Amino acid sequence: MSVDAATVRRIARLSRIALPEADVAGMQGEINAILGFVEQLGEVNVDGVEPMTSVTPMALKMREDIVTDGEKAGLVTANAPQSEDNYFLVPKVVE
Amino acid sequence: MTDLTSLTLTEARKGLVDKTFTSVDLTKAHLAAMEAARPLNAYVLETPEKALAMAAASDARRTKGEAGRLEGIPLGIKDLFATEGTRTTASSNILGNFIPKYESTVTSQLWRDGAVMLGKLNNDEFAMGSSNETSAFGPVVNPHLPANWDEGKARAALGGDKKGLLVPGGSSGGSSAAVAANLCLGATATDTGGSIRQPAAFTGTVGIKPTYGRCSRWGIVAFASSLDQAGPIAKTVRDCAALMTSMAGHDAKDSTSVDIAVPDFEAAVGKSVAGKTIGIPREYRVEGMPAEIEALWKKGAEMLRAAGAKVVDISLPHTKYALPAYYIVAPAEASSNLARYDGVRYGVRVPGKDIADLYEKTRAAGFGREVKRRIMIGTYVLSAGYYDAYYLRAQKIRTLIKRDFELAYAAGVDAILTPATPSAAFGIAEMADADPVQMYLNDVFTVTVNMAGLPGLALPGGTDERGLPLGLQLIGRPFDEETLFSLGSVIEDQVGRITAKRWW
Repeated sequence: MSVDAATVRRIARLSRIALPEADVAGMQGEINAILGFVEQLGEVNVDGVEPMTSVTPMALKMREDIVTDGEKAGLVTANAPQSEDNYFLVPKVVE
Repeated sequence: MTDLTSLTLTEARKGLVDKTFTSVDLTKAHLAAMEAARPLNAYVLETPEKALAMAAASDARRTKGEAGRLEGIPLGIKDLFATEGTRTTASSNILGNFIPKYESTVTSQLWRDGAVMLGKLNNDEFAMGSSNETSAFGPVVNPHLPANWDEGKARAALGGDKKGLLVPGGSSGGSSAAVAANLCLGATATDTGGSIRQPAAFTGTVGIKPTYGRCSRWGIVAFASSLDQAGPIAKTVRDCAALMTSMAGHDAKDSTSVDIAVPDFEAAVGKSVAGKTIGIPREYRVEGMPAEIEALWKKGAEMLRAAGAKVVDISLPHTKYALPAYYIVAPAEASSNLARYDGVRYGVRVPGKDIADLYEKTRAAGFGREVKRRIMIGTYVLSAGYYDAYYLRAQKIRTLIKRDFELAYAAGVDAILTPATPSAAFGIAEMADADPVQMYLNDVFTVTVNMAGLPGLALPGGTDERGLPLGLQLIGRPFDEETLFSLGSVIEDQVGRITAKRWW
């Protein structure tokens, strides 16, 4: 399977990465090299094989349903490029 | 007095206990070595003030008789580990001047045991790479000289474009180079597809990727969460075991960290391996493998046999599918993990006309080419209509890869011996024009171990005909790192250390 230029533009959009038109062809070539490489997986018979969900067989631990953390808005927003009164600032998203 | 930076961690620990020198002496010696080695670019941030304060506090604890197991030992920390109050970037522009308000569990355990932080080490951006060339801070130079280069030629290249000097491997290239160049007594590293073991092999150092779940991933910048594990790179097998004992352990903050006792891994070093069964998987004899790698592998098997181990041929039939399956699973997880870099909560921001435009411009400016490509591949294989053909199939193949190992272990194999890499270190910029798959092939022997969640130890096995270090890999049963340390010390006793002479 290989991707065309329109698909590369669509994937960039879905990935939320602006891709200048001049970079589309280069990226397309690299992605297709990788898709060509993974094509060999098609030869493997996977009938009846369960997909892996956890590499180590273990039951997920449960803990008491209590608050263990919080009240740290100042620390949470400390590294924000733009914040005000412990809020993250973003461009207007609702009209 | 001998140069304190040339000591192993174990030797330095003895010197501190015997009061031959203090942690401040040891730390100052390393800080001076780091300053002189800046052109190697192993550190992206030196923290001398913090280091000296930690060393002085360590010396005070020792005076009071409160020494921990790594008391006063100066270490380098891969810039993937969040360090409270100290800039952490994953060597990506997108994190900018990110200063964590918390400490990763692994590093907090090192400080708990008395270790000293020298600074943050370079790596491939978000740990995506095999040569440390994708770092936003530029490449790291391997302290081992290229074949037939004299020191003058190397110094000239170091002052210029660095072309022809060797890469230290990746993604933990800063860690491996710093250990090999005596710029720390040991380093933290992470391994998603080979990022501890391949750099160790390229620099003549020792590195272990523990069993998945052995070390907490909390506070480590995530790449592919089902594959990522932290581990040490150090000068010797014993040094590596000492660091592992502090780094490992259950952590309630990482639901995938396993709640089992952490042994004193050092006790396994030097233990008899008589009666152990070592598997030699025929599928690792890949096409085009250099004869010297084949010879190194045979020599390693001989050493273990001479120590009383039984060496048997085994088959791991799905080996060849591990790398292609990895290049679906790892980018898929990366595309999800790296969605958090949005220019809103931390890191850099490029303004846009609306929120989507802000995301797209920020991520275009902040991520490097390799990272962008992997996010896009991951997005593609997870997108509607392609999920079953790519991602689901790859996860089924992962089950088969793990089953291969389980069958070998069920048949009585205690550990598996393979080469660590298909070649010795290559030159900086040498792979610039190759297609990405060529670079990925570096991990062909290591990636199976991540896919199966197993422990893997890489250590020097010898040198190639040009005198460059070559590594062997020992793969163990889940949570049996101890057998790897025992077997590793047998090989180390025969091969010795492969050190770089200072020329920079």
